[in-house]
Parts: sequence; C-alpha cells; structure tokens
Amino acid sequence: MSAKLAIEAREGSIRVKGKQKSQLQCDADSIAGAVSQRACVYSGARVVLNPITDAIHLVHGPIGCASYTWDIRGSLSSGSELFRNSFSTDLQEEDVIFGGEKKLARCIDELALKYKPSLMFVYSTCVVGVIGDDITAVCKQAEQKHQIKVVPVQSSGFAGNKSAGYRAACDALLQLIKSEGEPTAQSRKINYLGDFNLAGEAWIIRNYLREMGVELNATFTGDSSYASLRRAPAACLNIMQCAGSMTYLAQEMERVYNIPYMRVSFLGIEDTSRSLREIAAALNDKEISEKTERLIERETAEIRSLIEGYRVPLQGKKAAVFVGGGFKAVSLIKQFREVGMEVVMIGTQTGKQDDYDSMYSLACDGTVILDDANPSELERFILQQGADLLVGGVKERPLAYKLGISFIDHNHERKHPLSGFAGAVNFAQEVYSTLCSPVWNYV
Amino acid sequence: MEKQTLSYRSVTENPCKMCMPMGGILAFKGVERSMVLLHGSQGCSTYMRRHIAEHFNEPIDVGSSSLNEKGTIYGGEKNLRQGLDNLIKVYNPSLIGVLTTCLAETIGEDIDRVASAYLQERGQEEFPIVTVSSPGYGGSEFEGYWMTLTRIVTKLAQKVEKHNKVNIIVPFISPADIRELKRILQLMKIEYTLLPDFSDTLDQPFARPYKRIPDGGTKLRDIARMSGAPGTIQLGVCVAEGISPGKYLEDTFGVPLYNLPIPMGIENTDRLVNVLQEFSGRATPKSLLQERGRLLDAMIDSHKYNFQGRSVIFGEPELVYAVTKTCLENGVFPVVVSSGSKNAKLPELLKAQLEQVPQQMHFLNGGDFAGILAKSEGANIAIGSSEGKYLSEKAGMPLVRIGFPIHDRVGGQRLLSVGYTGTAMFLDRITNTLLEHKLANYRHNVYEKFYPGTKTVTEG
Ligand code: SF4
Repeated sequence: MSAKLAIEAREGSIRVKGKQKSQLQCDADSIAGAVSQRACVYSGARVVLNPITDAIHLVHGPIGCASYTWDIRGSLSSGSELFRNSFSTDLQEEDVIFGGEKKLARCIDELALKYKPSLMFVYSTCVVGVIGDDITAVCKQAEQKHQIKVVPVQSSGFAGNKSAGYRAACDALLQLIKSEGEPTAQSRKINYLGDFNLAGEAWIIRNYLREMGVELNATFTGDSSYASLRRAPAACLNIMQCAGSMTYLAQEMERVYNIPYMRVSFLGIEDTSRSLREIAAALNDKEISEKTERLIERETAEIRSLIEGYRVPLQGKKAAVFVGGGFKAVSLIKQFREVGMEVVMIGTQTGKQDDYDSMYSLACDGTVILDDANPSELERFILQQGADLLVGGVKERPLAYKLGISFIDHNHERKHPLSGFAGAVNFAQEVYSTLCSPVWNYV
Repeated sequence: MEKQTLSYRSVTENPCKMCMPMGGILAFKGVERSMVLLHGSQGCSTYMRRHIAEHFNEPIDVGSSSLNEKGTIYGGEKNLRQGLDNLIKVYNPSLIGVLTTCLAETIGEDIDRVASAYLQERGQEEFPIVTVSSPGYGGSEFEGYWMTLTRIVTKLAQKVEKHNKVNIIVPFISPADIRELKRILQLMKIEYTLLPDFSDTLDQPFARPYKRIPDGGTKLRDIARMSGAPGTIQLGVCVAEGISPGKYLEDTFGVPLYNLPIPMGIENTDRLVNVLQEFSGRATPKSLLQERGRLLDAMIDSHKYNFQGRSVIFGEPELVYAVTKTCLENGVFPVVVSSGSKNAKLPELLKAQLEQVPQQMHFLNGGDFAGILAKSEGANIAIGSSEGKYLSEKAGMPLVRIGFPIHDRVGGQRLLSVGYTGTAMFLDRITNTLLEHKLANYRHNVYEKFYPGTKTVTEG
C-alpha cells in the first residue's frame, strides 16, 4: 500500500502478498463509521436456516428485520414453499416497554393453527435481547401445546457479527437433530453441509454423488426438511462446503455422533474434481473411485472446449473479489485462472485466518488481501490494482458499475447455479458476458 | 366501503411496510453532501443499504456505529463518536444525519447530548448534525421519512427576509417524478426550493471520476431560507401534523402551507397546477394545457380496457391515496386498498372518494400481504412495489410496479408517474398490463368455455 488509509485502525486488516506476512486482523468487530459491508447475527442465522423448506421462520422483533429478509434468497425447494414467507411479531413501542412474550406466544399459536407446520424457528432480534424476553421458555410451552418442534434461535443483532449468527444457527440445528429415541444406525450415506441450494446447486451435487454410487443423507440446509435433517446422525461422513458457517456443526457432529468431516468445494473445475475424488477416497471403495473418474472425465471433456473458447477473450484480465465467506474466495482464485484471469484484490466479510492463509499462498505477488472492507477501500484498491471486474453481492454491484468495471453476482440472490461442472460453464459465460459487453465501448 | 373485517390477528404475514430509519436514510439522501450514521447494530444499516441499492442501482454508503454487546451494556457513546469521526475522515460531508435504530433506542441513548458534546469539543458547533429518534418499532419508513424532513428543517431553517422561492416538499416518489415536478415548475416560471431532492443523488449519471458523495441534493443554504418562502406546497395529505415539515414552517415562521396530494390523476394534478398558478400569477402555459389534453385523450382511448380492471392497491399511504384516486378516475375500481402502515388520515380521505365505487371495497389500514390476499377475490391487477409479486404468485394477479422497493425489475428510479404526462404513462402501464393479460389468455378461455363437445370427449 502506498498512501495511508483514512481510518488508521483498518491498516491491520489489509495485506499485500509478497510485501507483508499473511497474518492479518480478522474475525473482529467492525469499526464504527467504517461502513462495513457485514450484516448482523440474525442475518447470519437466517442465511443458514432459511432453506429449511417446511419450517415456519418467525422473526421476533420489530418489522424491519423481517421485511428486509423476505424471500430475498435463491434457495430452491422440491417440496414445501413455506420458508419463503416472512413472519414477524411486528413489535410495537408498548411491546418493547411491557415485554413481547405474550405477543410471541399468540403469534406462534396463530401460525401453528393456520399452517400446521412440524417445525418452527423463532429468531430473536436486537430489541428482544435487550428487553429480555425469554424466548426459550415461550418456545418450550408452544412445543407442548401444539406438539410440534419450536426452536429458539438466539440471534440478537448486537451479540457479535454474522459469524455469531452462524453459530446460533448451528446450535438450533443441533437441537433439531438430537435423537430422542434409539440411536440411529450408521449407513453408507453421507451428509452435505454448507450448501443452500441456491439455484439448485445442491441438486447438481446430489446427481454427481448418485452417479458415483454415493447417496446423500441430509443436506444442511439446501432443500431440506425437518424429517430429512433428523436423519442426519445416520451418515458415515460429513462433507462441508461453506466452512465459515458449518465448521461448528461439523465438529459437534463428530464429537456427539462420531461422524468425521472433510472440506470440499464445488466451485470451478479444479475444486469440483478434487472434491469428488477426495470423497471417493474417503469412502475407500474401488467401485466408487472408478465411477468418479468416469464422471470427471466425461464432464470435463464436455465442457473443456467451451471454457477454452471463453479463455481467449478473457486472457490477462484482472479480477477483484469481495465475498461473504472464505471458501468462495479461495476457490475463486483458482476458478479465475481456469478462464485465464488473475485475481488482484481479494477479501471477505467474515473469513478466518486460515482462509486468509490459503488466499495468501494461492494469490500472485502484489495481490491486495483484505478483511471486512468498506466501499471506500474497495474503490481505492479496485482502481489502484487496475481490476477489470469485481465479484460481490448486491451492495457492491453498483459500485463496480459506477467505477465502470464488470461485475459477477456471487450472492445468495442469484438465479443461476455456479457449482459443479455446469456451474463452471455458467461462471465462464457470466464473466464473458460482463467483460465483453459492447456497452464498455461507450464509457 | 367496507372496513377491515378480519378478526384480530397478532402475527404479521409478509409485511407491506419497512421500519423507520429506512425512511430517514431516504430523506437524508436528498440533502446536499450529507451522510447518515445509524446508531445501533451493524445489520440494520447493511440491510437497508442493500434494499436501497437494489432499487436504485446506486452505491448507498451509510455508516453504522456497529454497537456490540459491550456498547449495549455500557452505552454506545464511544461508538457513536468514533462513527462520526470516521465518516468525516472518509467522506468529508457537509451534514451528518444520526438516526437511531431499535437497539440504541431501547438502551436509551441520548444522541442529542452526544452529538452536541462531540461538536463542542471540536469547536465545530456550526457543523450540522441532525439527530432523529427513529426506532424501528416506533413506526414505518413513512413516518421515518417525514419525521426526518421535519428534523432537518427544524435544525437548518433560520429567520430570514422574505423571498420568492416557493417551498416544495415531496414524499418518497421516484427521481424521475422529481425531475418532472421541476420541469413543471420551470414551465410555470416558479422559483422554488425542493426538499428532499434525490433526483440526482439516487439516480446519478455515469461519470468519471467516481464521487463517494454524489452531486445533487437540496442545498443547505436553501433549506436554511425555507423560512422566508411565500408558501409551502407539501405533497403530504396523509402526514400527521407532528411530523409535517410544512406545518412546522407555518407555525414557526408563518409560511402558509398548501397541503396537496401527489399530483397523479387529472384532479390531483389540476390542484397542484392551480396552486402554482396562484404563486406565479400567470396563466398556465399552453404546453402544459396540451399535456392535460393528451392525458384526457389517453383516458378516453383506454377507458373500456381500464373498466375491465379491478385493482389491489398497496404501499405507503400517500402513494396509495394518489394511485387510488387515479384508478377511480379511470374505472379501474379497487377491490382492496391497503396502507402498509396504519395511517390516521387515509380513512377520511378515502371515504370521500370511495362512495363512487360500484362494488364492495375493502380498506385495510396497516395490512400485510396475507390480509390483502384474503380480501382480493375478484381483483385482476395489483399496483404497488415488487413485494406484490406474492399476489402474482398466489393469485395469478399481474403486478404494475410503482413505489419502493422495486427489486425484481430494473428502472424503479426512472418510473415516471406524476403530472399530466406522468399520469398518462402510469395509466398506459396499467392498461397495457391488463391488455397483455387478456391477450395471453382469451383464446384459451373462450375455447374452454364455448368449444362444443371437447369436455365430454377428453373427460370420457
Ligand atoms: S426493525 Fe429495528 S432492528 Fe430491525 S432493521 Fe429496523 S431498526 Fe434495525
């Protein structure tokens, strides 16, 4: 970095590969007034639990929190669409003064009667944490009254950041799968953690696994249901993609149910192939391994020429990346290389030191690596590094466009899959469509 | 008109409103070189920025004091101060709006005290920090918007000599709508101060180099002088007096207030033009009369198609009133009219209008989408924000998008719906949606109904 940053305290969160060590300040509270791109605890919890399709997701709090999260994500369902509703207790001034427990209980009653769900999540928000509503007690009473599962999610917005929300969601999930009766016998099936079935991504992976001779048991949480999640303890292996949100769950499942876990990523040809091979290896079955090789060979052969075609016009272009979690960022460095591009700036909202270490070792010299960046830093390093394209979410998109560069949507709202071999083609196509659009001739 | 008949329900199912600080941010966006700091947890500001950015396709930078557990227990003063420091360092704004969120309000933060102590210590008492107490549970974005405007005017307006610039205070309409109002004002040769003017800040032309605070917005100097205006035209008939900036200017500085509805529809636009004429003292220019004539022509051309329309109208009260009025003028009679937030003035305003509706009409004051859906039988067109896609999905009702947020289509910022010309364009969107729906379905429908013999053959 040449010039100093306006907010000095941010210096520790930014590194240049080759010039500084990989150690950077991350996993810390955002700085006031720095215009962080991060969301809150509730948001983190909701991201993880939202794809559970047959659940009622009831937000206990004032209306805004529920309003801004109504059906904004692209998780697809093969069954119930109940999860796409936004339910709120819409707390008012008098509720804040006198407590919201009674209203919460009434809301749960109404929803239980109207929708007859088997599962309900009750999320606490900022206010609830302060006024001290005992949502656990209310949920417990409701469970008995309606004979359904009502799970409190401790997601008060100020008690940490998005990562704390992931943890709260994992706690809720652990409560769900707690086997009450006989311990379930382990099978040859595996669980898939950290895929939210955005635009059907979990379905793509399920098909690959099936072809390999591996059956998926439960998916956390893409296109999942209460019943499917309760089967989770019966798996022999957990594969985990979004480590940022799921590591705690994987560790707990290892501790309690003896299920080992491994990290995977299905972004890009390289990571998809590697992950499939590692799954086959972990299951230690010759037939599975053979099938896996056949699958990889067929799929890569099919898309190789397509990707090669995109490589030509994209060769040598530079990408900047700012996404939510670590695994995406790490995979994207490799995925951009597959289409002939280098990443020159990379960062995440909630990455951990080991994610940054991976990014650091993969990135080329001079790459700027940053944690919890804000718009002014993104702007500065995009320009300084001469990036032609930014990868990010809804908030980052207009910044890229105003800077006159291309943009890739890598968020939970997207409507096309980016996972697996099919996703790799979509990705290359999207990069091509945004970098080679004729509109840039006019700006 | 039939009042809300739903038995009382506690739970909100698919909300048709947002929270107070959202409206506050939008109001500040229309003030020259301003920045906003939300005092509370990080999430509120991120969610609102995301929502606004998606509608306008503009970068929306809003700070947060990022309160954490410590701040919640021991008070958030340190965070608030640091937040102000950093916003000033990075953005160098001319005004900062501090909006509280649920969290700050619940723990009882005294933002006024902190703000003035902060400025005093720096010897910057002149720097305008406008504080607004806007907990999410205190009201919707509608109240947040108007309360913020009142706070801005209260903070900035000073006693000045009388001048000839008329105050125009607008509700949350589109940037294109604001530009249209300015065009009309220019046509009528009226000098004005328009507040808040987000026609450029939320709809910036592409230009290099990039500016962190976009150009545009009402000038602070002009807001300070709103007190000397010959009058205030406020497009806010649903606004309660306590949060009415026009009322404040009238009570404090004696500026006469003309409270008018949004100029949508022929009658409402006439009302605005008539008042403007009073101020200008000149006859309405010919070109504007031509526009009026063209609107009438369009209304006649489309009247039979429009009479087929039975509408569901939802959203912010001010917009709901204007849309309802336009629909009534054109025979697109409403089946449901629903204001997202509870509003004290809307029932009276609507009552006078709705006597002419030939069928049963439901009015929901503070309705959610589950409530709207439950009452919408017989309707064939929905009019409001993108959230109405729920009605399309559940009941197959096509949706004409207007208002905020529009996140599943582009161009929300460019939708023009006010004035004679804007009304004609809005009406065309309604008529064309009805036509599109009809043309896509009539062959099939008629075949199903009248083609002889098919039923028995296929069913047998
Ligand atoms: S309702 Fe309150 S906590 Fe929720 S987003 Fe709005 S201000 Fe924040």
